[in-house]
Amino acid sequence: MAVPKRKSSKTRGRKRRTHKKIARPGFSKCPSCGESKLPHRVCPHCGTYNGREIVVEEKKEKE
Amino acid sequence: MRHRKKGRRLNRTWSHRKAMMRNMVTTFIELEKIETTDAKAKEVRSLAERLVTLAKRGPDDLAARRQVLRVVRNKRVVSKLFSEIGPRYVDRPGGYTRIVKVENRRGDAAPLSILQFVTEPVTFKEKRERRDDEFEEETSRKKEPEPEPEEVVEEASEEAAGDDVEDAGEAEGETAEAEAEAPKEG
Repeated sequence: MAVPKRKSSKTRGRKRRTHKKIARPGFSKCPSCGESKLPHRVCPHCGTYNGREIVVEEKKEKE
Repeated sequence: MRHRKKGRRLNRTWSHRKAMMRNMVTTFIELEKIETTDAKAKEVRSLAERLVTLAKRGPDDLAARRQVLRVVRNKRVVSKLFSEIGPRYVDRPGGYTRIVKVENRRGDAAPLSILQFVTEPVTFKEKRERRDDEFEEETSRKKEPEPEPEEVVEEASEEAAGDDVEDAGEAEGETAEAEAEAPKEG
């Protein structure tokens, strides 16, 4: 059975992992309040989407 | 083959799923708005739309009411569906509900969305106007390159004249062929 000849050093392992990153989620600007928000989603800051949809009133109250 | 395998299982047994759908659709009709995961919202939407379509038959349609009662086992909610929600969407040809995505759920990062009834009046007329505009644009576009069709028409008439001559020639040929074939048979 194939077996590693050497233990991979901390440096080697860390170098390998330099390319392992979490992808940055795409953001879009809310057209009504200008805050950044996730695309195709109700704005968590002002609770609007597509001009209307003032749905997330509860969340606004919490903030 | 995925024949007759419509819908999501939602990690539940059939009975669990059925019970959950009942609960969710009942709550949705009662509150007119629910917040759930994307997948559940989409499943509830399809069921709710079917029920609203049944409710559009009017509060006096007992058969429709009983069909709805098979799913929503709550007479108060069903009467609300038939007396309030059904009449509201008489003019709307489907699409009574809307799903709007919300931020992911804190805790398990599940994608959430809000399922709600469409409250805005049917924007049918606007759409039809737009369609008319588009139609007019299309027709005007067609009118602009009119010279080409005219030429085509002229050519067609010429061709038609030519066709007649050819037809005549063919007709003669056919009779000749018929005469030629006749002796062979004999």
